[in-house]
Amino acid sequence: MAWLGPEEWQAVALSLRVAGWAVLCSLPLGIFTAHALARWEFPGKQIVNGLVHLPLVLPPVVTGYLLLLTFGVNAPVGGFLKDLGIVFAFRWSGAALAAAVMAFPLMVRAIRLSIEAVDPNLEQAAATLGASRLWVFGTVTLPLILPGILAGAILAFAKAMGEFGATITFVSNIPGQTQTLPSAIYAFLQVPGGESAAIRLVVVSVILAMAALVASEILAKRIAKRVAGG
Amino acid sequence: MSISVRLNHRFDGLELDVAFEAPPGVTVLFGQSGSGKTTVINAVAGLLRPQSGRVSVDGRTLFDTETHSWLPPHKRRLGYVFQEARLFPHLTVRQNLSYGRWFAPRDGQGTGEDFDKIVDLLGLGPLLDRRPALLSGGEKQRVAIGRAVLARPQLILADEPLAALDGPRKSEILSYFERLRDDLALPILYVSHSATEVARLATTVIALDGGKVVRQGPPTQVFSDPSFAPAGVRSVGAVLEARVACHHDDGLSELDAGGVPLFLPHVNRPLGTPLRVRIAAQDVMVSLNTPTGMSALNVLPGTVGAVRTGDGPGAIVSIDTAAGRVLARVTRRSVAALALSPGVACHAIVKTVAIAPEDVSGPPKAPEQP
Repeated sequence: MAWLGPEEWQAVALSLRVAGWAVLCSLPLGIFTAHALARWEFPGKQIVNGLVHLPLVLPPVVTGYLLLLTFGVNAPVGGFLKDLGIVFAFRWSGAALAAAVMAFPLMVRAIRLSIEAVDPNLEQAAATLGASRLWVFGTVTLPLILPGILAGAILAFAKAMGEFGATITFVSNIPGQTQTLPSAIYAFLQVPGGESAAIRLVVVSVILAMAALVASEILAKRIAKRVAGG
Repeated sequence: MSISVRLNHRFDGLELDVAFEAPPGVTVLFGQSGSGKTTVINAVAGLLRPQSGRVSVDGRTLFDTETHSWLPPHKRRLGYVFQEARLFPHLTVRQNLSYGRWFAPRDGQGTGEDFDKIVDLLGLGPLLDRRPALLSGGEKQRVAIGRAVLARPQLILADEPLAALDGPRKSEILSYFERLRDDLALPILYVSHSATEVARLATTVIALDGGKVVRQGPPTQVFSDPSFAPAGVRSVGAVLEARVACHHDDGLSELDAGGVPLFLPHVNRPLGTPLRVRIAAQDVMVSLNTPTGMSALNVLPGTVGAVRTGDGPGAIVSIDTAAGRVLARVTRRSVAALALSPGVACHAIVKTVAIAPEDVSGPPKAPEQP
């Protein structure tokens, strides 16, 4: 992509890294949460459900500010993590955290729907054949919900790529550090003569989003066919 | 291998209060829908936690609410054949069959050959590499049976495994259960509302009605009781035990039932084979005189044991013959006209063609029952 300037290229690469890590790290928790919400009854289930969906309905700036209040270097959690050598505030890892939090509800929703579509009778059958809960999940539920997991991951990836409000509030807009694609577009639009760079990044955004959607469609079809035994 | 069950569970307006001990062989829980039989089998499987009770298989306690012991389903070593096959759609037939084996303890009882043996027994060879979605209903159920057996269970559970199949398939799958019983000597707890299935399979019948055990014992005994009609009056019919005596040229087989000849449409079994024949009460006529000039071939002389009349126009008459007790369903008007009462000598008449092939079967081996 020779037509991208180094600063633009940096923003694209950073966005891919941020979104990639955000999805990768939140996926296990997303599957666990979706499974718990779909299959288990536990006290406070509605509260957990509400918390998971909160980033979807809160203004992103609020989410970003809450992250800053929690994970800032002087905040309780942030301070504790700092002692362990983990810093989120104003780092690319913070951008990944913000993206993960914002994308989490979408991921959980998609996976939860696919878990609810799995016939619990199949899981019962597996249990009577000697499979413990964990084995049932690994050998029956998980293979059957792969299309849903994939859909959730792609959706979350797209959301993470585009996350702006929470990211800029939590980790600011530092080129090469926390300046993701949307922040870069925003920054270019603020300076005179920055439109052409902004347009180029917009084109990259569209291409990446389309590629993700097409890839997920193809993969989901393949997996669905395998799972349905066609 | 014996099962001991004691259960108390109140749900959806039914109070289940069941206790029974079943000897080795096939135990059939028999009753209409809503009688609680599926609840019993699910409690044995561990899919339902009853309010109180205790179940043990061969002395191994599966749960006991008094001592708060509860084995989770995957530790119970049972093979459950459900009404719908419940095959794993993402696995091939071979993988489905191997699923339970994978978790079964490897305690030296051959591994490779019993897979081939079961595949042979159930005729699954040509299906091994297929996906469940491409199988017919009967094939799916055969795979489900194989999958349950290959998990090396202590006990096979089956909950109306024929309910989702059509007539010919029912008969086919039933014969596979007979093979499990006879060739593999597997203990089975089987839920059914069909008298035919009970007569063919059962070593012991546990009849349930409204959550209570109303009768229990070998089918010949349970079904000879004229006041027993848990699955509607059409299910009433005695079960006789007989041996193949002769195959005639005109397509009939002659059985010897306690010295009385019984003519049936051809039965494809060698001479001397012991058989169980279920004779539906609605296919039996009663005559006081020795009937002559009549097409029906089977005439069993005997005496009336009991007459049971209900609210409707029908009555069930039990007739003790040399072949065993036969039940006849007649009208109350006939009971009055013939003055049928205990002790009256009469004849039970059964049309040969009324005896359906699925009502004829080999009895369970090793009859421990009297």
